[in-house]
This record gives sequence, structure tokens and C-alpha cells, in this order.
Amino acid sequence: MSDYVEITLNVNGRDRTALVPPRVTLVDCLRDMLRLTGTHVGCEHGICGACSVLFDGEPIRSCLMFAVQAQGHEIRTVEGLAAADGGISDLQDSFWECHAMQCGYCTPGMLVASHALLEENPNPTDDDIREAISGNLCRCTGYQQIVEAVKMTARRRRETSNG
Amino acid sequence: MKAAPFDYVRATSLDEVCALLAGAGEEERKIIAGGQTLVPLMAMRMARPDMLIDVNDVTELAGIEDRGDHVAFGACTRQRAIERSDIVSGRLPLVAKAVRNVGHIQTRNRGTIGGSIVHGDPSAELPLAALALDATLALRTTGGSRVIPIDGFFEAAMVTNIEPEELLTEVRIPVWSGGRIGTGFHETASRQGDFAIVAAAAQVQLAGDGTIARAAASAGGVAPAPVKLHAFEAALVGKQPSEAEIEAVIALIDEEIDPDTDVHATADYRRRVARRLVARAVLDAAAEVGK
Amino acid sequence: MADTPTLPNYRYVSRKRRTKEDRRFITGRGKFVADVDVPGMKHVAILPSPHPRANIRSIDASAALALPGVHYVLTGDEIAEGTNSLFHGLDLPNVKWYPLAVGMTRYAGEWVAAVVADSRYIAEDAAELIEVDYESLPAAVDSEKIIDEDQPLVHPEHGTNVLFRNTWTWGPVADDFASVPHTVSYRARWGRSSTVPIETFGVVAKWDDINEIMDVWASIQMPQYQDQIAGALRIPMNNVRVHNDVDVGGSYGVKRGIKHTVLVTYLAKKLGYPVRFIEDRLDNMSGGDAHGPDRIFDITMAFDDEGVIKSMKIRALDDVGAYPGRAPLQLGKPMTALCGPYRVNSIEYEAISVTSNKTGQVPVRGFGQSPTNFAIETGIERVAKHLGMDRVEVRARNLVRKDEFPWKIPPGSRYDSGDFHAVLDMALKSADWNALIARRDTLRAEGKLAGVGIATCLEPGGGNNIFEYLFNPKLKITTFVESVLIKVEPTGAITAVMCTTTSGQGHETLVSTIAGEELERDPDTIRVTHGDTLEALPTRSPVASRMAIVLGTATSKAAREIKDKMITIAAYDLGVDKDRIEYADGEFSVRGEPSRKLAWEEVTHIAHKQFHRMPPGHELGLQAYAVQQVPGGGQMPDENNEVPLYPCFSFQAHVPLVEIDPATGKVTVHDYFIAHDCGTAINPDIVRGMIIGGVAHGIGAALYEKFEYDGDGQLLAGTFVDYLLPSAHEIPPVADFEHCTPSPLTSLGQKGSGEGGYLGAPAAIASAVNDALAPLGIEINELPIRARDIEAAIFEKSNEN
Repeated sequence: MSDYVEITLNVNGRDRTALVPPRVTLVDCLRDMLRLTGTHVGCEHGICGACSVLFDGEPIRSCLMFAVQAQGHEIRTVEGLAAADGGISDLQDSFWECHAMQCGYCTPGMLVASHALLEENPNPTDDDIREAISGNLCRCTGYQQIVEAVKMTARRRRETSNG
Repeated sequence: MKAAPFDYVRATSLDEVCALLAGAGEEERKIIAGGQTLVPLMAMRMARPDMLIDVNDVTELAGIEDRGDHVAFGACTRQRAIERSDIVSGRLPLVAKAVRNVGHIQTRNRGTIGGSIVHGDPSAELPLAALALDATLALRTTGGSRVIPIDGFFEAAMVTNIEPEELLTEVRIPVWSGGRIGTGFHETASRQGDFAIVAAAAQVQLAGDGTIARAAASAGGVAPAPVKLHAFEAALVGKQPSEAEIEAVIALIDEEIDPDTDVHATADYRRRVARRLVARAVLDAAAEVGK
Repeated sequence: MADTPTLPNYRYVSRKRRTKEDRRFITGRGKFVADVDVPGMKHVAILPSPHPRANIRSIDASAALALPGVHYVLTGDEIAEGTNSLFHGLDLPNVKWYPLAVGMTRYAGEWVAAVVADSRYIAEDAAELIEVDYESLPAAVDSEKIIDEDQPLVHPEHGTNVLFRNTWTWGPVADDFASVPHTVSYRARWGRSSTVPIETFGVVAKWDDINEIMDVWASIQMPQYQDQIAGALRIPMNNVRVHNDVDVGGSYGVKRGIKHTVLVTYLAKKLGYPVRFIEDRLDNMSGGDAHGPDRIFDITMAFDDEGVIKSMKIRALDDVGAYPGRAPLQLGKPMTALCGPYRVNSIEYEAISVTSNKTGQVPVRGFGQSPTNFAIETGIERVAKHLGMDRVEVRARNLVRKDEFPWKIPPGSRYDSGDFHAVLDMALKSADWNALIARRDTLRAEGKLAGVGIATCLEPGGGNNIFEYLFNPKLKITTFVESVLIKVEPTGAITAVMCTTTSGQGHETLVSTIAGEELERDPDTIRVTHGDTLEALPTRSPVASRMAIVLGTATSKAAREIKDKMITIAAYDLGVDKDRIEYADGEFSVRGEPSRKLAWEEVTHIAHKQFHRMPPGHELGLQAYAVQQVPGGGQMPDENNEVPLYPCFSFQAHVPLVEIDPATGKVTVHDYFIAHDCGTAINPDIVRGMIIGGVAHGIGAALYEKFEYDGDGQLLAGTFVDYLLPSAHEIPPVADFEHCTPSPLTSLGQKGSGEGGYLGAPAAIASAVNDALAPLGIEINELPIRARDIEAAIFEKSNEN
């Protein structure tokens, strides 16, 4: 039991291989084996959302998936959210501009959840945003500056596309 | 919070899954689909299967199909796909209402209808809606398959009537024929997105005179398993869907529920709130007719 | 912004500016303790006790040790032999506290053994294989029974479960009670909750036996951390190097993992390789000793016909759990603002701290002030109800007036400054109080339960914990220093070294903004580092809403010294007296002769490299350090036990609107208005985030969060499924409005802002819920107020009628 399995995941656009026992969660694989430590562990039972990543483009909790299950799939973590030119994305920039964080621990998960929301819904209402991030707990901010940052991103995108 | 060791097989066909289940012997082999219930249990070592059979690549298990008198859901259909499905919102509005209360986007992206039903959490929303509508379940083994009613499938908290070698392949939820149908779904949870403390689902069809011609109702969080409110449903038929008429028969649900006290609520709370939310769900359902 | 026109026109301070820290967090480049990768490190998992109270007859670790990849199993007997007992705030020589249970387990979840293995996965496998023979015993759980002394002893050697009990009387309480016609007595109860950061506590330790250095990376926010590590391990303090550059994933007071750290450092030293322990959520909730106050207040207020409160008697009974640590002192901090923002003439205060068979308690945001503020505000509502007066009016009549500062309260604190009436008024106006009441009444007319809440709150900031002496005469600590070192490189680049960790407060932004303001240099160009404990200057860590006050003032002092040194050099080089040098925008010029000037970089070059241009006797290089005492501190209590505590007092008024579904008892907070005065806000976005985040945390304490225990002492809320942190759905939009009354005691008028939202919100939410329930004749003064409590109260009331 528990022999090592070689897996290949496409992480942030690159194929990465790792040798994992089946019981290793995706988040542990990303952090400890691939050394992508931007994705965080908060509860390991699927409540806090700190470990959110994009799995084939959709946000999921990486503590609730075993790394072997991700074989052959595309994973995107906070490290892969950068803009096309390698700089920070407009969403990341809005998070900074709005100070949408304090300790920064939930931030990667919040960015992932917000990124997915804006992909699906470019003009979210406050309620849409709160729903999208409701699976991500933040203990510092009371969420408001996060909601503002997502709204700012949507507004900037509208202005860019209109201008 | 790390799972105990296990073997892992990623299956690609129903036959492969059934063969693996059939060959378990003394081992505990479990299906993993979305993993949203199973993995936390494994992390806490409250579940420790010897083998996980991953069914995510079994293509026959995914998909939503409108078959006229019912909608069939492959057991591995994601909750998020149900939420986004036009078939579901058009044909099974009660299921559409229920699924929006399931967890959060990240968990709905992985969680499946089959997993939700097979785990049998007493307060899960999809089993509740499926139970209200008298869904049937298609189960398969290497030896064949059977179709059973969902009513009776839930045995106790987190215990369902599925044999160790059986695989749930499809959930079939009936679509009522005719018009003047409305649905209502209410739940109270500590936080939005949490498992319901009490949940109620109802669907009614009204006759031309406004009386209830057909009624379906179920309640969650009020017994070790979701409860189909048979006596209450029967009593609704022929009644006007008014607060007073529903109030007159609501006590019937008391006989069918058997709530427990836990850290979230007392049994008395669940009992009283169940009456109110079930009544609300029926009223909402009736009010929806003609809208 | 009412008073801001009178403030100096700052370049950087109080301006909208991006923070320094956020950039690494948005890119996933923060360095949290679980990101620290020390080559060769092994991993720890814990075996917790299933019993609230049990004797440990034997521990058999042979099967665990036989598992491949397992290196060591540590038990309580060994670590008790090899380390000194951990520190308690009270003088409790017979209450021993070690990282692992010794002989007896005192709460369910207490750590009984620690496994060291190649991975956390293997360590958990091994922990399951440890066999412990327990003799289960009845437990002490109910604090009210515990003070009656008929419960099993948690620490038999101590002889009682009462750890501390004392009554202080400040001012003529008996006379004041006799002088007024009215009293109200009431009970207010604060449920066991905590801050529960999303990052658990973690620590990595590496012992270098050649150089005799214990390197520690930890998710820590704690004064005297390195002192206590050294003390427990029996090594000199300069053998401990704590790396303060670890980002801490939230703390709000609770990241005090001293037992975790002693466990890991002991193992690292003994085993000779680096060891890491990152709590998982189960370790954290049940065994991390990070619970918060669990308090019963019995209060009587004495007041006149006009609603003016003359005196109060407060009894506070707090259950600190099995190992007290610093927790009992959380009954002391509230003395700092024991009557809140109100003009009370005398106070009697009885503080009782008991130990129980529950998880230990640590300092939580506000150090006991939030429960106390809730209890006081409950009383204000009671006074209003008793007299049939408006609850806003009762507050207005009792608030300290603007012209009365500095205002001394009976226990000795001197409120430095404020305009409480203006802030209360700002809250009422911003919320449009009358319109809000009208909205409430509309909701009520629709058959819903709705209520508007009001609460005010003082936030003492700055530290100076001499109240500790009143709990333990051995603690004669009259200062709470903070330090900064600023150095300017030959090229002119500025680096500031601060001396502690940060857990979201934005200290790098604080220091760079103030240094930039003082030196007229762009804060974005100023680097701020976190010196490790061997390099750093004295610190008491970022507790007590103190960093803007103490670190901020230290930064101003050091920066001003740098500027003065540069002016001295420039004057000498330009051949004029110092007082003829003007400094502006990076240039030192001779007053009246603007062409005679030196640029910033020229002066820094001289200071480092051109001895021939330096004034004689002047120190080379360009550096300054400041060690800042808490303003106004430094005294011992007088013979009446009066002493000035905490220097600066921020103030807020909160106004929420809530709706309750009578069918389920569920509370929805619709709107939340807060007016806030923390003096000069160094960075407005940081202050705003602190306030709103504090409100969210307070809503959690008021409505959702509790470490619930059953009657036998089993924790029922040990996961995130049962201990409920509010999500974005539960927290409403919060509208915050800033007033500014600069503190006269700090360099730029700044005060604390880290705790305030949390100190006021529980009282405000309770006020709103009780306003909603008032038409039914129901009042609930026990937090958290959960749906089931409200529904049950409504049901019982309807049965009565």
C-alpha cells in the first residue's frame, strides 16, 4: 500500500512531475514537492478556502483532492495569476490598491476565487462577489476591501474595453 | 490531518469499477468522485478505506439528460453543472433551488449528486430534493443492475442502503406532467453555505380551483436521515394553500421526524423550525404557481 | 472629516498610499512559517488526550517507534525532566506547565506525546500506534461550580481551582451608591471564543551545537518569546535567535505558541536535526491553548434620576482553562478603561480567575477589554430601560466631555484626548439615526423583528501593563519599550530595522511612512527589515494596539535624529551655524542663500566616506536608534492601587441594523455604521481595514463563535464545521467615518487602532438584537446569541403569554 506514484500535472502552464504516495493531497504536493508555497493550508477539511486553486479553470479546494487525482489536469495557483507580461495582473493590482488583505494568508485563495468569478461574470454585483468569496474565510479584513478590489477590477476592465 | 495510506485506482469504465468493487474481499474499497465529504473524513481518519476507486474519468457517469418524464443525472455529475444546467432550471426547479444552497462554489465544482446521495448526510440539500420528488437510483454490480426508489435508501446518519459491491450510476428525478406547478425550498443554516440545521423542500400542483392537487414535501436535519413527509403530503391534497389550511395539518410532520440535539441546535428547535420551514416551502410553492 | 483642517498638511502620513507588504502577498511570495524549508528537517505530530481529566498510567510507544520513518517519540516525563515549567502571569509555583501532559491530562485534546518522523503523514500514522493507559477521572467544567470549591482539582498541588481572586475599590463606592436613588443589577456572559487565525501556529527550530545557536522560525506574536524559550531550555538568551522576518498569518493576540516552541526546540537540541511542527486545525482548536476569555460579569450600576452613573460594582469570573499562562492578566487590562468612556466617580472591581479542565486561554485582541466593554454597554442599556430614557441620551450624558481631558478614571488611567460627543454624533448622523429607526419600524410593520443597536467603546493603546503588578507583586514591569534603528547608506538609501514580527498590521508601511514624513523622502524607497532577536533592539512585540504609538514615535525620534545629524554635517560643510540650515525635499540649504546647498546624497556621502568634511568629534556613518518608552508610563501603583495605564485612548461609536427571522431566530446584520477616532491615521487604508475586520471579528463573537463544551468536558466545537467563523455572507458592508483628535502624547498624534472594531461590535450587535426583541419583552445578555437561543426565548415567551 501507499507506493509512490509518478504524476504529471500542468501547473501554471508548465508540466511538472512529482512522485507521490496516493494519500498526499494536492495542496501538500504543490507546496512541499513543487515548492509552490503561495497556496496555503488553513483547515484541511474543506471549510476555509485558503488552499483554493484553479483546476481546469474552476476554483476548487486543493486540500480535498489527492494529488494523484490531478494527474493530467491543469492547475493554476496564485503564482500563475500574473499578467501576460509577467507583471502583476489587474486583479492583483486592485487587491494592492484597495489593501484587500492584512496578514496575506487567505489572499491567494481570495485571488483565485475572484479570478474565477470575473472570468465567468465580468460585471458582478456585490452579492455575486460575496457569494464567490463566501467559501474563503478571512479573519483580518471583514471582506469589504476584498469586495471593493474585485469591483475595481471589473470597472477597470470595462473602462479599458470601452476606451 | 493526513489520510491513512490507501491504494488508488483511476478507473475508466463502469465494468472496471464494478470489478474492483466485487474483488474487494476483506478490503474496504470506496468510490471517490468529488471527494468533498469523503476526503475530510479521511483527513480526520474517521474513514480509512484500503483502496480508493476514482470514477472521475468514467465518462458514462457524467451528464444530465432530459428523458421526458424524468431527468437522469449521471452519478458523477457535478453540483456546479446542475446549478448551471438549463434542463434542471427548466424541468426541475426544486432541484435548481436546492443546489444553490449546497456548500460553496469551490465545493460545488467538485461535489457530485451521486456522492451527495450515497453519503446520506441528514441535512444535505440534493438528497432532500430528490427524496421529495421520489427519485429512483440506478445501482450496478458486476452481476447486473437494479433500480430502487430513493425513499427508503437513507438508513441513518451517513448510512445508506447500498451494498459494498454496488455502484450508484444514475439518479433519476421525475418531472411532473401538467401545469400549475410550483416549488419552494427553505433552509436555515448557521452560516450561508453550511449544512442545513433544518431544510424543507416542497413541490405542489394546483387544481383549477386553487386547491392542492398534488404535493411533495421533505425535511432535512430533523432525523438521522432526510425524511419524506408522506402523511403531510397526503393531507395537503384538496386543501387551499393558505396559511391556515397548512397550519391545520402541519402537526402531521411531527410523527415523521425524529430530530436530535447537537452543537448547532436542540431537538426542540429543529422540531419547531421544521414546522415553520415546511409550511413556508409549501406556501412559496403555491405562490409560485401562475407566476 | 470634521476636525482634519486643523491638522498639519502631511506629505505621506494620512494619505491614501499603497502598503509595502501587500505586494508579496498578492504574488504568493509571503514567507510564512510553513514555507520555511530547512534542509533535513523532520516533522512532528501530536497524540492528544481523549479524556478531559485522566491519570496517565503508562505510555507504550514501541509500535510507533517501529514504524519506518519514525525517529523519536517524546512524552511528558522526559520533557518535564529536560525543561523548566512554562511561564505563568500569576505567581503559581505549584501549577506546572509543560508542552506535554505529565502524569495527568487536564483537558480533552491536551498533548500527551509527540512523534518525530520523516513526514507529517508518517508522524500521524505513528501517533495512532502509541498506546496510553488512562485512568479517566471526573472533570471540573462549570466555572460557577468551580468557585464553590466542590469540583475536582485541576492542579491538585495548587490546592484550589481558584487561581486569583481580589477586590479593588477605587473611590467612595459605598457613599456614591448611597447618594443616588437608582441601581440596576444584571449578569452579562461572554462565551468562550477566540481569534482563530486562518494560519495555525507553527514553529521550525534548528540547533547548531558548534555555535550554540537555536534558530527559531515561528508564527509568533508574543512579548518575551526568546526569554521564555531560553528559560525553559536552560540556555542563555543569546543562544536563541528568533527570525522576525516570518510573516504571521493572522494572530490578533493569540499566536503565543510557547509550549509548541519549547517542544520543538527541545527536540531539535536533543535530536541534532531541525524539527518542525505546524499545528493542523485539530491540534490548533483543541490542543493549541489558544482559547479566549470565558467570562461571567455580575454588575450593579448606581445612577441618578437623570441617568448619570455615579458608581459601579463589577464582578468578573473568568475560566482560563487548564493552564493559565498569561490569561488571568486579561482581567487586569480592563482596569485601563474599566468604566469605558463614561464619567464614573468610583468603581469596585472583583476579579476571579479559575482553572478548569478545558483548553487553555491566551491573550485575545483587546486583552479582556471586549468582554468588559460588552458588559458595560449592557449596563448603559439597562439604565436607559430602567428610567425609560433614550439610550443614546444616557450615553451622551455620561460621556467624558471634550474639555475635560486629560480625564482620570478611578483606577488611575488618564484618558489623553478625544471628542466623544462629536464621534457619537458623527455615527448618528452618518447612519441617519432617525431614518434607520424608521427602517426598523417599517420592517417591524411587515411582521419582522428588527433592531437598531448602539454602542460606544474606548480602545486603550500603547501597552504599559503595570496592572500585572496588581495580580502578581513579582511583576514590577513598568515599561513596555519598542525600538527602531534607522540607517542611511552612503548612497542616501534608507533602511529601517524594526525588531519584531508582523501579523497583518502593516508595520513596514508604518515605519516607512513615518520615516519618510520626517525625512521628506519617498516611503516607497525606504526599506524596512525585521531584525532577528540577536540583532534587534528591545521590543515587547505588537500587542496592545501599541505599534503606531510606540514604534511610530520611536521612528519619528530616530528619523529626527538622522535629520539633525545631517543638518550638523551640512552646516559644518557649508560653514554656517546649524540654525541657519534649512532642510526641505532632500536639500540642505543656507537660509537666505538658496544657492548654497547640499543634496541629501552629498551629506550621506560625507558621513560615510569623507572624514575631512565631517565636523570634529562627530560619529561616522549615518544611523540612529530610538528605544521608546510607553508615553506617560513608568510608575508603580500608589497606595490606593491607582496607576496610569496605557497612554492613548481611541474612541468609536457603532450603529448596526439587524433583522431577525422569527421562524428560525436567525439574525441578519443589514447595515453597520461606525465613527472612529484614533488620532492621526498613519495609513488610512490600514486603519479602515483594522476597523472593519475588527467589526467582523466582533460579529463572530456576538453571533457565531464559541468553543462549546459538554458537561463532561468534551470540546464540541473543535473543527471549522462547529466553530463558526463568519464568511462574506455574514458580514455586512460597514460604513466607517473618521474623526481625528490627535494624541498629545505621540509624535504625530497617532493612537492605536488594531482592536477597536472588535471591542465595540459585540456590544453593538447585542444592543441591536435586544432592540429587536424588546417588543416581545425578551433580553439576551449572553454571547454568542445564536439563532437557537433567540428562537427558544421567543417560544418560551409565547408560552408564558
